[in-house]
Amino acid sequence: MSALQEIVDTQPIETTPKKYMALGNYASIVVVILLCVAPLIAKNFVIFQMTMVLIYAIAVLALNILTGGSGQFSLGQSAFYALGAYTSAILMEVGGVNYALTLPIAGGICFIAGYLFGLPALRLSGIYLALATFALATAMPQLLKLHYFEAWTGGVQGLVITKPDAPFGLPLSQDMWLYYFVLVVSMAIYVASVNLLKSRSGRAMMAIRDNEIAASAMGVDVALYKTLAFGVSAGITGVAGGLGAIAVQFVAPDSYTIQLAIALFLGMVVGGVGWLPGSIVGAAFIVFVPNIAEHFSKGLSGAVFGLILVLIIFLLPHGSRQIAYTVQGWVHKLRK
Amino acid sequence: MMQAHSGQNASPLLAVRDVSVVFGGIVALNGISFDMKKGQILGLIGPNGAGKTTLFNCLSRLYQPSKGDILLEGDSILTRPPHRIAEIGIGRTFQNVALFPNLSVLDNVRVGAHSRTNSDIVSDSLRLPWVRNGEKAMNRRVEEILGYLELNDVAHTVVSGLPFGTQKRVELARALATEPKILLLDEPAGGLNHEEVYILGDLIRKIRDDRGITVLLVEHHMGLVMSIADHVVALNFGRKLAEGTPTEVQNDPDVIKAYLGSKDQ
Repeated sequence: MSALQEIVDTQPIETTPKKYMALGNYASIVVVILLCVAPLIAKNFVIFQMTMVLIYAIAVLALNILTGGSGQFSLGQSAFYALGAYTSAILMEVGGVNYALTLPIAGGICFIAGYLFGLPALRLSGIYLALATFALATAMPQLLKLHYFEAWTGGVQGLVITKPDAPFGLPLSQDMWLYYFVLVVSMAIYVASVNLLKSRSGRAMMAIRDNEIAASAMGVDVALYKTLAFGVSAGITGVAGGLGAIAVQFVAPDSYTIQLAIALFLGMVVGGVGWLPGSIVGAAFIVFVPNIAEHFSKGLSGAVFGLILVLIIFLLPHGSRQIAYTVQGWVHKLRK
Repeated sequence: MMQAHSGQNASPLLAVRDVSVVFGGIVALNGISFDMKKGQILGLIGPNGAGKTTLFNCLSRLYQPSKGDILLEGDSILTRPPHRIAEIGIGRTFQNVALFPNLSVLDNVRVGAHSRTNSDIVSDSLRLPWVRNGEKAMNRRVEEILGYLELNDVAHTVVSGLPFGTQKRVELARALATEPKILLLDEPAGGLNHEEVYILGDLIRKIRDDRGITVLLVEHHMGLVMSIADHVVALNFGRKLAEGTPTEVQNDPDVIKAYLGSKDQ
């Protein structure tokens, strides 16, 4: 038994896979408190920007489940975001439905759309899948401009949405109320996503990501979980789209171009692929960094943005997850 | 070897019936038939290109035979898709190890229990009570297996960082978590040193004895097959060359000619 013993005794690098996808309890509490307090000291426009950060964080998280979880690429998330946004907008303005009620409907419709798109996508993987989803992203704005749907979509003009007031006479400005509303929705989605990835379904998705044939031999229905991952990702993106429409108070086809999809992809990479808490960091990056870049140089803002991006990729190839792990290491040392 | 003789008259657990596989114009397997009895360790041997892996892939449903049938407890497995093979009790390991490299040992083995558990994405997202109870019951089974294969110390380690020998044991643990009736092992001795091979041999026999799992062993390593198998099937060029006890097969003139070299060895 000596060789066996030897194998057991060689201690490899100890990791903490339980915290692999989520933050620890203390870190989570700190982040939630910060997110709750922040709007109290910010100006209205900053509150709006922070609302957008949360909304994009939901969309980045959705992409993270798809790419980080099940290993499938998508450059078509803007299409599902648009579908969610239009669903909410049409229901509110044409159907007179309460804004909060439109979100589950938007999520449900996008789940079905994502699931259906996932079926043909099963035949593709890697860069080819990325290209197929790219086609979806480019087609979406044109589909939204179609004559047939103009009665509902408003065609090229888009739709204007009324911003909801705080309910029950709460003394909150519209922006502040919307921020807290989005915060609650995004926290719920985050918790559900962490649960999902830690569960049997999530393990099945990650098993597929790591080795499809082995996953199948263990009884994992590869096709089912791949399409489900697409559905879940699209559904969550749809909710983000609906929230985005309410926050911006306007939907138009050209708000949802491939640029949005690429921004979300970027957010995922900057946040750390497969690390769900990174989604909010990635979202903050895509909301604030273009502004910062513009601050340096109006004419060359794109170039400055590019430079910042290249620096981040060089210094932090694993995104914000890398910073989190470093800090975690320090905390461990301090405790000792 | 006792099992092989005592179970002589019982109906076979697994029956391979006249299985042929043709790729393009090449006949990879030509009318292979043999039976596996419950509790047996069956060694499938043959030189490179003999069709061992092809047959193995038919059993795990990666290939569809052009002819013939494979029966588990009398029912054909050929109508099942590959992902529904684990649930009827066929577990497997892979040549050169095919784990989920970014998952921990624990999660790898948990995936093995996939076909023995139930859930849906909504209940999973909400962590409903029945999901939590299911996880608890599964974790108990998984921990038992980890203990059995002495993997407790590395339970939380991501498998890509583990030594090859340990990875092989993780793969065995994952296969055991599928609660198999038959365990298909594809060249388990590959990449192991002399001593590790014998430890592995003991382990395979232990698994059979403790858990009553029937084992099909596809192996190059003659020493391992001859020391632990109750029954050996030798293939060459897609045909069955010989079948019998290790001694019988070892002394078969055709096998010696095709595989073992000269008679003096």
